[in-house]
Amino acid sequence: MALTREQMAQRVAQEIQDGSYVNLGIGIPTLVANYIPDGIEVMLQSENGLLGMGRYPYEDEVDADMINAGKETVTAIDGAAIFDSAESFAMIRGGHVDLTVLGAFEVDVNGNIASWMIPNKLVKGMGGAMDLVAGAENIICTMTHASKHGESKLLSQCELPLTGAGCIRRVLTDLAFLEIKDGAFHLLERAPGVSVEEIERLTAGKLVVPEHVPEMQLDA
Amino acid sequence: MAGFNKVVTSYAEAMAGLEDGMTVIAGGFGLCGIPENLIAEIKRLGAKDLTVVSNNCGVDGFGLGILLEDRQIKTMIASYVGENALFEKQLLDGDLEVILTPQGTLAEKMRAAGAGIPAFFTATGYGTPIGEGKEVREFDGRPYILEESIKGDFAIVKAWKADRYGNVVYRHTARNFNPLAATAGKITVVEVEELVEPGELDPADIHTPGIYVDRVIKGNFEKRIEKRTVRSR
Repeated sequence: MALTREQMAQRVAQEIQDGSYVNLGIGIPTLVANYIPDGIEVMLQSENGLLGMGRYPYEDEVDADMINAGKETVTAIDGAAIFDSAESFAMIRGGHVDLTVLGAFEVDVNGNIASWMIPNKLVKGMGGAMDLVAGAENIICTMTHASKHGESKLLSQCELPLTGAGCIRRVLTDLAFLEIKDGAFHLLERAPGVSVEEIERLTAGKLVVPEHVPEMQLDA
Repeated sequence: MAGFNKVVTSYAEAMAGLEDGMTVIAGGFGLCGIPENLIAEIKRLGAKDLTVVSNNCGVDGFGLGILLEDRQIKTMIASYVGENALFEKQLLDGDLEVILTPQGTLAEKMRAAGAGIPAFFTATGYGTPIGEGKEVREFDGRPYILEESIKGDFAIVKAWKADRYGNVVYRHTARNFNPLAATAGKITVVEVEELVEPGELDPADIHTPGIYVDRVIKGNFEKRIEKRTVRSR
């Protein structure tokens, strides 16, 4: 079975290390915050200028001056820091954020990512995505493996305009967890009940499959 | 003698000197920390052919979105413009030019302008449509593109508190682009929730020192919330 959005978030959360600074993009990446393991300390960076993003506020805590990068009202945890946008992107561009999780339309075997623009459709903008992919050493891309029509989004070469070149090393799809290196996707894990054959069929770019591909371990 | 008294008492004074064709840099992220009354004054003044530099362009009927109603914006420089139907229409009709700029690059363009740096190299946007036509240079084997800074004829800023010297503090994440915009205007106008006496703000905690600020005005703010997300007890 393909992973649900929540299961994808759960699997990504397993990659978060104790004591790390993490930037979570919009969509599935945002859900990752709900699955951070108990007993570890993580600082969530929100690129509008907040390090130490907390949960959504209670109704009586709502403050128009306290939002996240998705423009949602949030709270700050004890120990948080607030700063301006240039400082925020200094952290991002300067490689100080330990893990970035973001979505994509396409990725390819050379680590290129396309996530912001579909030609002939209205372009809303890249926001902070280009800075994030250019600055982070450690990015996990979350996306569906293929379109509804079965067209692979893991390609030999991205077809859409890029968000960043050669910057993605790990991809979690609804079917598989993969590493990008040496010009190929390397299959690390498969979603429970998903066959290697199905992943091979839906991966357009070169795929390296080891002899044994473990199933992801997810909590019930 | 005005001395260091930068406080003005009317919005007409606050935006005096704004002309057609000028570049206006505005602080704010979404609707958070936007100089809502200074924007309203620009609408009232009716200045046209403006280049507006801001992370976003407000929403329909609020924030920078109101400057679209009378087509006052010719060019919008922003990182994300998705929340605005009128913006979309004017863009598709060819009445509005938009220059999409990565968010961190946009912040740095303002910061650099204010710091007297005309351009800088960044890896952001290399290999993408944003990098096309821009000078590329390699440092330690990695390619970077040259981005030019952006100076404004006006910078319009929203802050929490200021004194008559123009020393400013911002509140929570309403800081965002505001301190950067403040440094990048030939004329920088700050509207605040509260005017305080000199000495009330701790000198070590000033976010924008008064040297960057030309005019200060006390305003009343709606502070509209774009996405109200709450949890229940």
